[in-house]
Amino acid sequence: MAVEVAAPRSVLLRDPGRFRLASASMTRFARRKPLGAIGAVLMVVFIAVAVAAPLVAPYSPLEHSSERLASPSGEHLAGTDQFGRDTLSRLIYGARTSLYVGVAATILSAIPAVLIGMSSAYFGGTYDYLVQRFVDTIQALPGLILLITILVILGGGLWNVIFALSFNRAIVGSRVMRGATMGVQNEVYVEAALASGATTLRIMLRHLLPNIVPTIIVVYSLGFGTVILAEASLSFLGYGIPPPSPSWGGMLAADGRAYMFAAPWMLWGPTIALAIVVFAINMFGDAIRDVLDPRLRGSR
Amino acid sequence: MARYAAKRIVGMVPTVFILLFLVVVMIDFIPGDVIDVMMEEAGTNPELRARLEQELGLDRHVIVRYFDYAGNVMRGDFGTSLWGNAPIGPELVKRIPVTLEIAFLATVMGSFVGVLFGVVSALRQDSILDYALRSIAIAGISVPNFAIATFIVVMPAIWWGISPRLDYVTWAEDPIGHFKIILIPAMVLALNLAAAMMRLSRTTMLEVLRQDYIRTARAKGLAGAQVTIRHALKNALIPVITLMGLQVAFLIGGSVIVESVFVIPGLGRFLITSIGQRDYPVLQGIVFLLGFFVMTVNLLIDLSYAYFDPRIRYS
Repeated sequence: MAVEVAAPRSVLLRDPGRFRLASASMTRFARRKPLGAIGAVLMVVFIAVAVAAPLVAPYSPLEHSSERLASPSGEHLAGTDQFGRDTLSRLIYGARTSLYVGVAATILSAIPAVLIGMSSAYFGGTYDYLVQRFVDTIQALPGLILLITILVILGGGLWNVIFALSFNRAIVGSRVMRGATMGVQNEVYVEAALASGATTLRIMLRHLLPNIVPTIIVVYSLGFGTVILAEASLSFLGYGIPPPSPSWGGMLAADGRAYMFAAPWMLWGPTIALAIVVFAINMFGDAIRDVLDPRLRGSR
Repeated sequence: MARYAAKRIVGMVPTVFILLFLVVVMIDFIPGDVIDVMMEEAGTNPELRARLEQELGLDRHVIVRYFDYAGNVMRGDFGTSLWGNAPIGPELVKRIPVTLEIAFLATVMGSFVGVLFGVVSALRQDSILDYALRSIAIAGISVPNFAIATFIVVMPAIWWGISPRLDYVTWAEDPIGHFKIILIPAMVLALNLAAAMMRLSRTTMLEVLRQDYIRTARAKGLAGAQVTIRHALKNALIPVITLMGLQVAFLIGGSVIVESVFVIPGLGRFLITSIGQRDYPVLQGIVFLLGFFVMTVNLLIDLSYAYFDPRIRYS
C-alpha cells in the first residue's frame, strides 16, 4: 500500500499494479455505498444491452408478423403488439434510443453549460447580469412546456429532440456551473496565478475547470436520468421520437393505451424498463455525489 | 427587508420582458413548410397564405410585434384564436383555476408527506427505516409520472372492472364529485414531489443536526421534540422551500401529462389541443402565462426567506 501511494505518477501509469489500484477503489466504493454499486451494475447492463441490441434482440423491432397482441409465450417472451412486433425486441431497441438520446443530450448540454456558467461567473458585471436574466427566463418555463414548444416549432425527430433537451439542460445547468465557479474563483491559487501573469484562458482551464469537475460529474450523472425521463415523456405525448422507431415512452402511449385491455403487458414492459434504468442512475448518481461532495461526508 | 423585496421585484421585470420577447419571436422560427402544411389543410391559395401570415403577424417587423403584444398582454388581451377568432384571454382565465387547484393540492400533499418522512429518516439515520424510506424515495423520482397515471387509469379497469371518473365537473356543480376527480391526478403529481422533498429535507436536516447550536440545545436539557422543531426544522426548511420553488415548474409540466391522461380541462390540456390545431396565438398565451406564474411563485418564495432567515431581513 505504501509503495503505491509514494510512487510518482509516471510510474503508476505504466505500473501493471495500477489495475489493482483501480479495482481496489471500486471494491471500496461497493462496500461503502452498496446501493450505488447496484445502480452502477444495472447501468452497465443497460448500456451493454443497448449497445448490443442487434445481437441480443430475438426479432427485429420493426418486423410485422401475423401474431398480433399475443400474450407472453416461449416464442415472444414479452408478447407482441398490435402489428405483431415482438415487444421484447422493441424494449431492447428502445433502450438503444434512450441511451443514444441520453448520452448525446448530456454531452451536448454539458459543454455549453460549463462555458456559459464559467464565463458568467468569471467575467461578472453586465455580461453576467444579462446572461443570468436570460437563464432566469428559460428556467421559469417548465421543462416539459419548453421542450414541447421547441419541438412543435421545429418538428419532431431524433435530432430535434436531442437539440431541445440539450438546449434546456445547457441553460439550466449553466447556473449550477456558475455557482460552482464562483465557489472556487476566489481561492488563493487563482489570485496567485493571476499575479504571475496567467492568461484568462489558462486560469479557466488549468485552475477553475479541474475544481468544478466534481460538480460536473454529480450534475450530469443525475441529469442523465432526467434526460431519459424527459425523452420518454415527450414520446408519450407524441412530440418525441416518431413511430415506428421504438421508444419506451411511445410504447406506453400510442400502443399501450389503445390496446390496454387486450394486451396489458404492453404497458408493463416500458414502465419497468424506465423505472429500473432511472432508478439505477439515481442510485449511482447519489452515491457519486455523496463521495464527491465534502459537505456531506459524515452522513452516509 | 423592504429593500430586499424591492430589489427582488424589480429583478423580475427584465425576465418578464425577455419572456414576452421569446414568446413573440417563437412564431418566426416556424419553418416555412409548417405554414405550407397549414395551408394544405385549407387549400393552397397565395391570398389565403398572405392572410394567415398576417394573422400570425409575420408581415410585421419583430420589434413592432413585440411592443404590440407586450402592450396588449399588459391590458389582458392575449389576441384571438386562429380557430374561430374567439378572444384567447377568457379561455385562459377559465382554465387557470383548474390547473392551479391540482397543482396546489399536489404541493400541499407532497410537501407534507415529503418533509415528514425526510425528518423521520434524518432522525433515524442509517436505520432500516432510513434505508427503506430512501429507496422508496428514489423509486418515487424514477418512475415516470405518465406511467403511473396511465396505470391508475388502466389497471383498476382490468383487475376490478372500475376506473376513475374521467368526466370533469366543477366545484359549483358537484363539490364531492369534483374533489374525487382532482384527488387522483393531484396524488400522481404529489408522488414525485414528495420523493424529492423527502430526499432534500433529509439531507438538510442531517446537516443542521450536526451543528453546534443543536448540541447546545440538547446540553441545556431541552426535550428532543423541542430541539427538533423549534431549532432544527426551521433552519432545515430554507433549502426545502427553494426546492418547492423549482418543483413548481416541474409540477406545471406534470400537469400537462395528468390533464391529458385524466381528461381535465386545464391549461395543460389546452396546450395540447391548441398544438394539435396549430393554434399558435393560444400557444403563445399559455407559454407566457405559465412562465409568468412560475416567476411569480419563485418571487414569493424568495420574499418568504425573510421570515425563515432573519439575516436576510436586516441586510
